Amino acid sequence: MAQDSKLEARERDFSIVGTRPNRPDGIDKVTGKARFGADMAAPGMLHGLILRSPHAHARIKRIDTSKAEALQGVKAVLTSKDLPDLTGEDAGLKDILINIMARGTALYDGHAVAAVAATSKSVARKALSLIQVDYEVLPHVTDVEEAMKPGAPLVRSDLITQGVEPAPSKPSNIAKRHEFGHGDVSKGFAAADAVIEHNFRTEATHQGYIEPHACLANLGPDGLGEMWVCTQGHYMVRGTCAALLGLDVSKLRVTASEIGGGFGGKTTVFIEPIALALSRMANRPVKVVMSREEVFRASGPTAATSIRVKIGVKKDGKVTGAEAELKYTGGAYPGSGVEYGAMSAFACYDLENVKIVGWDVLSNRPKLAAYRAPSAPMAAFAVESVMTELASKIGMDPIDLRLKNAAKEGTKAPYGPTFNRIGLRETLEAAKNHPHYKAPLTKNQGRGVACGFWFNFGGNTCVSMNLGFDGTVSLAVGTPDIGGSRASMCMMAAEELGIPYDKVRAIVADTSSLGHNDVTDGSRVTFSTGLATINAARDAIKKLCARAAKTWGIPEDAVVWEKGHAKPAGGNAGKFEPLSLQQLAAASPSTGGPIAGHYEVNADGAGVSFATHMADAEVDPETGSMRIIRYTVCQDAGKAIHPSYVEGQFQGGAVQGIGWALNEEYIYGKDGRLQNAGFLDYRIPVASDLPMIDTVIVEVPNPGHPYGVRGVGETSIVPPLAAVANAASAAAGVRLTVLPMSPPRVLKAIEGRAG
Amino acid sequence: MMDGIHVKTTINGDAVEYVCEPDETLLDVLRDRLGLTGTKEGCGSGDCGACSVTVDGRLICSCLMLGAEAQGHEIATIEGMAEGGKLTTLQQKFLDHAGLQCGICTPGILVAAEALLKKNASPTETEVRYWLAGNLCRCTGYDKIIRAVMDAASDMRRSA
Repeated sequence: MAQDSKLEARERDFSIVGTRPNRPDGIDKVTGKARFGADMAAPGMLHGLILRSPHAHARIKRIDTSKAEALQGVKAVLTSKDLPDLTGEDAGLKDILINIMARGTALYDGHAVAAVAATSKSVARKALSLIQVDYEVLPHVTDVEEAMKPGAPLVRSDLITQGVEPAPSKPSNIAKRHEFGHGDVSKGFAAADAVIEHNFRTEATHQGYIEPHACLANLGPDGLGEMWVCTQGHYMVRGTCAALLGLDVSKLRVTASEIGGGFGGKTTVFIEPIALALSRMANRPVKVVMSREEVFRASGPTAATSIRVKIGVKKDGKVTGAEAELKYTGGAYPGSGVEYGAMSAFACYDLENVKIVGWDVLSNRPKLAAYRAPSAPMAAFAVESVMTELASKIGMDPIDLRLKNAAKEGTKAPYGPTFNRIGLRETLEAAKNHPHYKAPLTKNQGRGVACGFWFNFGGNTCVSMNLGFDGTVSLAVGTPDIGGSRASMCMMAAEELGIPYDKVRAIVADTSSLGHNDVTDGSRVTFSTGLATINAARDAIKKLCARAAKTWGIPEDAVVWEKGHAKPAGGNAGKFEPLSLQQLAAASPSTGGPIAGHYEVNADGAGVSFATHMADAEVDPETGSMRIIRYTVCQDAGKAIHPSYVEGQFQGGAVQGIGWALNEEYIYGKDGRLQNAGFLDYRIPVASDLPMIDTVIVEVPNPGHPYGVRGVGETSIVPPLAAVANAASAAAGVRLTVLPMSPPRVLKAIEGRAG
Repeated sequence: MMDGIHVKTTINGDAVEYVCEPDETLLDVLRDRLGLTGTKEGCGSGDCGACSVTVDGRLICSCLMLGAEAQGHEIATIEGMAEGGKLTTLQQKFLDHAGLQCGICTPGILVAAEALLKKNASPTETEVRYWLAGNLCRCTGYDKIIRAVMDAASDMRRSA
């Protein structure tokens, strides 16, 4: 199958795939009709609000809700005692339970401690102010290095480090040690002509989706529930809420609203089980919408990190040894994702001797959620900074150094597997041949190059396709459309069926209408929902061919499908006029009833992807302000279904990376409280900060997909931190090792250089 | 409960009356009382531009204006942009250029960009970028948004 797919992807002559039609949800989105999370209402709806801890770490001695309960218009007040622990042995679910509502201890500034549902927002606000919480403030820690020190305030009292032999006898903030690699790094460094080692720091950043979390929940006394949620995975919402509240999964029907950005941050629950529990208490629908401040303080930002990287090379550029130690903190819970940083750190390179150690560290910060290629950008920042330093040290072009060591088909990756067909080399060559790479630079400007890798993912996917009697097609998928995926699904369905694009309508079905689908994450939708869509179309085609066979009175295997028509397979099959999909659909009531195609799969073969980015930065030496003046993304998409949206993913990832590199950071005060919980002080890039973002779509087909698709959403944020750091360091004349490279930091580095 | 304030205003050319609380923003009134949910709330503090509307032709953040202040003014929102269901050149260009991914910032950006093109029919790329600097988009990196606005301006000049 894989071999066939590979051939198919290379030789297939596409008629719709690769074109740029308008998206089916486009008109609703340019006219204000599209309904997002907060845009839904229900009869009798109440407004829910959540009270949050003002302390980074505090024991909750007592919560008095009596005054809030007595306020006119308040219909429910909830604390953790209203959420019995049903999580059993599931530690991950237990952490979610603790995170959605503090149980005895507030673990970070913004941790939920109580919730209300009332007849209006203003009554709910008033009710929150009437809840009295007695806290005993506890010592806190927010810095990853500080949290690892002996004697650091313990975030959790009972955490014993895993992955260390022998197991420590005392609790600490270190949840787990991870190790990856192969060969002997000390031997590798001994053989090197040049070795460079640096320490790097990155602060936590936020996905910064413009739509705050929002949901509308309705749970009746019979245990039947409905939810409308902006989420990357409504089946995940259903499963998690059902488990936390003790409901039957199939009695909870969750509909995914249009989603105003997620980038990984909407792959878990925060407010949803609370809204549902409030609804159960009040026996009325409850809508909960986070404020922007709540989004920053209490949803799931990235890890903050401290990274050490050491790489050795021969004079000819061959890397002989590579080592990294990664310390990531993802808040007050295990699961900083450091293992993905560790696995991806050196994945761009073909290395004989490589070792990566990762430390998962707890601190008094909110519980991390995924952010676009989670954990990989920080590791790439450190590794690619050192690679560029080495190139300069041995006098080699930075792209040539990377080409010399680039992973290829047959390379054993540091995290274990051996790569099949990959496109890293092609992205490097595209960058080298791009006019950008040769463009002249002037004073105070610098150019940076960096590579990046992401795994990509497949996962559980279920798709249904129903043919109307008029020959049009309804396509039901279960993966929320976060950036145009309904368009690419319609394109793949139309391509396979041989009908026009506008004859297919794709919807994101609710959880009661279609089988389980994993979350929209891991850049998996165009790959796995696409694969399932193509196969659902093939299932429908098989049935269409059977109907033609029945009509003609010939065997089913004597019918083939070509360009939207059933035809006799050859001269021996008989001589019949081809029947179109439209004709077969119209006749379907008399040939056996409606025609549908289905496909269910736990998709494998997602196909890893690589990118090479180039950035030009210009520094103002008097202020330390850094500006990106040119930027180019070269990335392997496998096969671009809708090139405009592939370019959009490249550009969006690059700009989020630019923000991460230059502006964005969580700033904690000495009191452990977040000081910049708003878009004014947490500054994401705005239009006037940026140049156009050039893109080159490289297409090295993924053998695991019928059309060769690789995920494209995440890889694009892996190289930019490093590409910008390399450009900024060149512009400033000093190696910058701390993100963000904000003006005060850059200025200090420049002054240090002068001194 | 605070006493409501009775307001008479014009929204997208239609006479509208409502009662709102004194601390209610125009954004809350539009979304929660009038069902005009095309105007979005991204921050509630005037930093993201998702709630952009015009008041007597002037671009504002509706989260920074009280509902009571709309008395006697003319409000225009995204819902009024496509007259008679026909997309404007600007709206069409956003589709043609894939100027949106998730689409949550799109109404605000369209309202802001339309206000720009009314003031300045031939903006430079830099002028478009600075005018839209108050409208955050987290998906696109702005590239295709800027191209859509520039292309719309160019088409509108040709047909003017």
